[in-house]
Parts: sequence; structure tokens; C-alpha cells
Amino acid sequence: MLPNPTATQGTNGFHHNPVDGMEVVFQRPEALRNVPTHYCPGCTHGTIHRLVAEVIDELGIRTRTIGVAPVGCAVFAYQYFNLDGCEAAHGRAPAMATGLKRVLPGHVIFTYQGDGDLASIGGNEILHAAARGEAITVVFVNNGVFGMTGGQMAPTTLLGQFTSSSPSGRRAELHGFPMHIAEMLAPLPGVAYAARCSMHAPAEIRRTKKALHLAFAAQLRGLGLSIVEILSTCPTNWRLSPNDALTYIRESVLPVYPTGDFKIAEGLRELV
Amino acid sequence: MTRELWNGNEALAEAAIRAGAEAFFGYPITPQTELLEYMARRMPELGRTFLQAESEIGAINMVYGAACAGMRAMSSSSSPGISLMQEGLSYIAGTEVPCVLVDIMRGGPGLGNIQPSQSDYFQITRSAGHGDFHPIVLAPSTIQEAVNLMYVSFDLAFQYRHIVIVAGDGTLGQMMEPVELPPFQPLPAERPSWAIGDPAPHAPRILTSLYLAAEKLEETNLRLQKKLATIQAAETRYEAYEAEDADVLLVAFGTVGRIAKSAVRMARASGLKVGLFRPISLWPFPSQALRAVAKRSRAVLVVEMNAGQMLDDVRLAVGERAPVRFFGRMGGVVPLPDEIVYEAQHLTRVTRSHSSRVLARSRPPG
Repeated sequence: MLPNPTATQGTNGFHHNPVDGMEVVFQRPEALRNVPTHYCPGCTHGTIHRLVAEVIDELGIRTRTIGVAPVGCAVFAYQYFNLDGCEAAHGRAPAMATGLKRVLPGHVIFTYQGDGDLASIGGNEILHAAARGEAITVVFVNNGVFGMTGGQMAPTTLLGQFTSSSPSGRRAELHGFPMHIAEMLAPLPGVAYAARCSMHAPAEIRRTKKALHLAFAAQLRGLGLSIVEILSTCPTNWRLSPNDALTYIRESVLPVYPTGDFKIAEGLRELV
Repeated sequence: MTRELWNGNEALAEAAIRAGAEAFFGYPITPQTELLEYMARRMPELGRTFLQAESEIGAINMVYGAACAGMRAMSSSSSPGISLMQEGLSYIAGTEVPCVLVDIMRGGPGLGNIQPSQSDYFQITRSAGHGDFHPIVLAPSTIQEAVNLMYVSFDLAFQYRHIVIVAGDGTLGQMMEPVELPPFQPLPAERPSWAIGDPAPHAPRILTSLYLAAEKLEETNLRLQKKLATIQAAETRYEAYEAEDADVLLVAFGTVGRIAKSAVRMARASGLKVGLFRPISLWPFPSQALRAVAKRSRAVLVVEMNAGQMLDDVRLAVGERAPVRFFGRMGGVVPLPDEIVYEAQHLTRVTRSHSSRVLARSRPPG
């Protein structure tokens, strides 16, 4: 491919190279940097990053969006998004996002958190951000384990699931029951949008993008807290191949964690 | 030159506001709750940000967020709440964003009680969180001094991209005194060049305390240490009171520093030459100045409301130049001037005694 004198360079370091007479119909979103990620083969973090970036581009909010990264596999998320970012302490992203949103009400603030980060140590912070109706958007990636630290049991681990800190399998009488964050937060009046989606099939990925769009729209319309819980794979810690990991979501996770919209504020209905 | 009667906690709050505080995130805890309540009333009046967080953990992380946006953000708490904030303070220090924190110390450990104490000294000066750093710690002994120190805290915090802790105790927070309040500083017109969410167009900025590569984190820590050395050279504060000809040099801070002044006057009236060295910056500790003053004394008596925490810094500074003794009360008990005078008198009858500590009232009754 010869260099095209009319080619343009996006701000994300990606060289857009339209050939004469052809229209660019698919390219890296402006909000996503052109760098390799560190995620495992078969992990769906990369795709989720892309969906978030596409929604940010489509809403035209990149230059006034701030992402708050978690402690977890996505701890480097701020290196992958082409926008202002900061690193929160484990579980504290909703509180950090609250501080940011309260002093920068015209900005779009999102947190990107795993299930250990949000549902375990961060339980109180997400609960109160939701109760206060903070107009932030929470991207909640649920893979049923603490991924970064090697696959320990998380609040979202399934009953019977073997993990490195429940080597005999999760048992209700010892470890309690898996926690359903989207359903738990939905009834709170401060929550404008709460949904669970999945990454295990193309149709589900498209639904996830739609949900993310609604979530960011809820923030832009000042309706309250929006949270999209996304069932995600962890082939490494599940000890499954990438394909088997997708099957595992469909056959084992979905029956326990159904997808759906659990709360849609009135002000969002026309977008659904 | 109008002086008004103010409650300590409220005066601290108003001084912070006049210093340009833009955001306050806090949580109720005795004996500083009046500061939170005052902010709840005043900040919205001025169109600034106030939020009571779900916990001290929430509060310090909200401060962290607002600080990353380059805003003048602060919180206040007391000893058990400061313990909860340590994680957030470490992140704030590692990310090198500025903030101001008020610690109105109370009796500990654990739930302790709500009476005045100085037993957070180690906690707040050694680092106030994991890792190698020291916040700037300022210890006022009067409400006027608290107002004056609070008034420069944000400037200090932003100058060094650092944490400034104004450390008082329950006495300071709860008492009332006449104070003169400073004028309102204008809010900053621009955000710092490192701030995220800067409305001026900029290439994406990232604020983090994570440096996975050991060499990079060492680099960061070397830079932090260099910054601390700069602060040490420039920001020590202290007061020497009747110290030039003192045989016994009292060393005390905060409320005890104030009580010690009464003890100095009482002792001198009875013919004993006692002086006071009162650190105002607990970090950086005024070691050099103390060393110079202590050289002239025959004995040093450290007085604190704890089991001997600043004592370590005094010993390090004074070295072998004079014997260092300690008198402390704990649990929220406030020492009286006559107890201090008794210890100072007792001290002159003991020839050489390093490392001896008196932890309870030793003056015989009557």
C-alpha cells in the first residue's frame, strides 16, 4: 500500500489511510490508543475497552471524559484509553469519581472496575455512589474471580466453582452466595440505568455496546448513576481455552447471572 | 483589626475557606465534627463543593479525585478516621497531588475516647500511610495560630504537590478564643499543568502512583526524597520562648506547648530557669534549631500527651548534648502547668538520666 498524501493521523497514533474513492467504514476509535494491551488471549477486556471507546467517540465526548482505573487486570486501562485518566485505590474508584464529578460537573466520568474491585473491597463505595445518584458511569467487568492476583474466589464466584482460595469449590455454608450487583443497585432511586450484558457471542457484544451507550447517555442527561455489568471471560484463571471460556459463560454463568436491563430511567426510554 | 470569638474547629474551617478551599469531603467524628458541619453550611453559600462521604475512606478518596483535577481539596478527621485515611494519603503522596487534611487528635488506641491527645504524632509524621514519604505537618497551639497555618496550607500543598496536615487536638478543636480572620484569597484562575479534566485543550494526562518497573519506582522515590529534602530546608517552623538562658529546656507542641509556656512562667517565678522550644512544624522537624538551643541547657524535658513520640525526634536532634527526659499523660488527660514544673524541678536533682520517662502524674498529693 503506497503512502497516500491525503492520509490523516488521528490523535491516538493511528494512521488513517483512505484510498481514493473508498470510504473508511471501520477503524480504531479515537478514544482508544494504538498500543498493544497486556490482556490474556481470550480475555474480553480488550473488546470491552473498544466498545467503551466507540461509545465515547460516537457521543463526541472524548476531550471531556476522564476514566478512573481500578486495581485489577485493568489497572493499566488509562494507558489504553486516549483520554485523561487516573488510578484509584482498590475499590475506591466510585469515591474518586465522585470527587471528580462534584468538582467537574461538565465532564464525563467513568469507572472501569472488576468484580473483586467493585463487589468485594469496593462494596461500600459503589453502594453509596449509587445511593447518592452520582452522575457517573460504572463499567463493571464480572469474570467471577480475582484475575490479576491469580484467580481467587470473588463475591461473584459461582457455587461449586474451584478457585485458588476455594480449592474444594465454593460452598454456600462456608462462603455464602454469589452477589448480584446489577439487581442489588437497580432499586435505588439514585440509579438511572442498571444492566447486565455479556461478551460470549457477537449478538451479546452488540447488546453490550447498546447498554454502554445508554449508560453514558444517562450521565449526559444528568439522570443518576449508570452501571453496566458485563460477563467476561478469564481463560487463564478458569483453566479453560478461550473458546471453552465463552461456552462456560453461556452454559454456567448465564443461568446464575441473567442478562437484562434491571433499571431504565424514564429519561432514557426513548433511546432504548 | 477586628477580633471575633470563634470555636477552634469552625475557625479552621473558615480559614480554609478564606485560603481558597474549593472542595471539602468529610465524615462526622468527635472532636472535629463542628468543622464538617460548618463546611456543610458555608461551602454551598459560596458555590463551592461540600459532601459528607460514607466513611473516611470515601472522604479521602473523594479528596484524591478532586486533587487530581487540580482543585484545592481538603478533609478533616480525628485519630481513628486518620487511620482509615492512611491508604488514600499514601496514594495521594505517590501520585504527587496536593491536599490539606486536619487531624484533631483524640485518645487512643482503638476507639479510645474523645478527649485531647497527641498520640497520632508517629502516624502523621512518619508517613501517614505506607511507603517512603512524610506529609508536611503543622501543629498550632492557639486558634489564631491554627488560622494562620491553615491559611498558608493550600499554598504549601500546591507549591510542593504534597500533603499538608494541620494537627490539633480536642482542646484546640473545642475551645473558643478571639481571633482575627484573614481576607479571602481569590480562587485560582487556571488549573496546574498536571491536572486532569483541565478545560484548556491538552494531550491526555494520566495521574497514577503505579510504577511496575522497579527502576522506574526507584526513580520516582528518588524524586520524592529530593522534594522532601527541599521541604526540610525551607519549611521548618518553631518558637523559642525564654530559651536563651534556660537550665531546663521544655520541648512541647500544640496544646501542651501552650501549657508549657505557663509552666515556664511559673517555674521562673519560683527561681528555676526554664525555657521552651516549641516545634510548629512537626515534619519537617526543626532539628537544627533545637540542637542549637538545647546545647545551652543542662537538661531537656519533653512533654507530650502520649507515651513519648516526638521524644524520639528530640533525642535524635539533641544527641549527647544534654540529658533528655520525658513527662507524658495519656488517655486524654491534659497535663497541668504545676505537674510540668514539678518534673522540671525533679529533673535538676537527677544528674544524668537518659531515656527515663514519667507516664503519669508523679507529684505527690497536697
